[in-house]
Amino acid sequence: MVTPAHFIALSVILFVIGAVGVLVRRNAIVVFMCVELMLNAANLAFVAFARMHGGLDGQVIAFFVMVVAAAEVVVGLAILTAIFRARRSASVDDANLMKY
Amino acid sequence: MSNSIVLAGPAAETTRIVAFWILAIFAVGAALGMVVARKAVHCALLLAVVMLSLAILYLMLGAPFLALVQIIVYTGAVLMLFLFVLMIVGISAADSLIETIRGQRLWALIGGIAMLVLLSLTIGHAVIGPAAPGSAKFGNANVTTLAHLIFTTYLYPFEITSALLITAAVGAMVLAHRERLKPKPTQRDLAAERIASGRPTPLPGPGTYAQHNGVHMPALLPDGTQSELSVSEVLAGRTGVAEQPPAALPGGSSSSAGQEAGDQ
Repeated sequence: MVTPAHFIALSVILFVIGAVGVLVRRNAIVVFMCVELMLNAANLAFVAFARMHGGLDGQVIAFFVMVVAAAEVVVGLAILTAIFRARRSASVDDANLMKY
Repeated sequence: MSNSIVLAGPAAETTRIVAFWILAIFAVGAALGMVVARKAVHCALLLAVVMLSLAILYLMLGAPFLALVQIIVYTGAVLMLFLFVLMIVGISAADSLIETIRGQRLWALIGGIAMLVLLSLTIGHAVIGPAAPGSAKFGNANVTTLAHLIFTTYLYPFEITSALLITAAVGAMVLAHRERLKPKPTQRDLAAERIASGRPTPLPGPGTYAQHNGVHMPALLPDGTQSELSVSEVLAGRTGVAEQPPAALPGGSSSSAGQEAGDQ
């Protein structure tokens, strides 16, 4: 028997893996991918709860999350290319000008 | 859609269980691999595996529209964008294994486990009931019902997302745009630069007079030495320049024999 609880548990695990990835990785693009993974995990939780409650509102919210994520990726990657052009590196360690 | 097949019938329950566990293991394994893999391209491909698994899980949860949007928008558009940017931003750049903050990985792992425990406890206390009885909303009428919701209840958020998308598009264009600081070099400037560089001829192609014409095979110069310039830097950095015996070419027929070998 596969209940919505199974899907929620999977979404929790994926979310935590994404969060650990954001903390551990130093290539800015990979950090971005981990953020995407966290958004996807949240989407899975939304869809699972929608299935549990028998309404489609959760699916609509997941749809909006996808739209926002797409916009975020476009702007984020544009910022990354701009940073890379300025300092020839995609590592989050090298973008430390604000520190001083 | 296919979820009506998955939802109906007593034998379908076993299918659902098997499908869920296979997909869950795939998704978690690929997600872990994404965190561990050193090369960014591998991360992107593993993320594609996670997203495709999630799309099929959406199908199982009665969201065929979202499953297709997941495949088209996420796997199709967003991941391709990631790969394009990876091609620009240095495909060969692998993460170094040296920690810049001491104990960062350990503390990240501890924080992750703490987060997992916290989320499990919170969600474990919540009452997660069984799935609501299946209806057409989760099957054939999914798209029309979603359309009704989006264009009635959620009309204003939907309209606002259009402003968001336009802002994102303009922002990406502004950020990725490069101002030309110097005037565009003319053909005359390019020719002068080329003569001044000391090499007026084109670079030697890979594999010329060598054993075969692979792109990683350096060309042989007239004196039998290898030309490092003939192999692309990216390729040499990734796979290394191919080894070839430094044997001098035999006398008179050398050029034709070498040419034949190069043509193969």
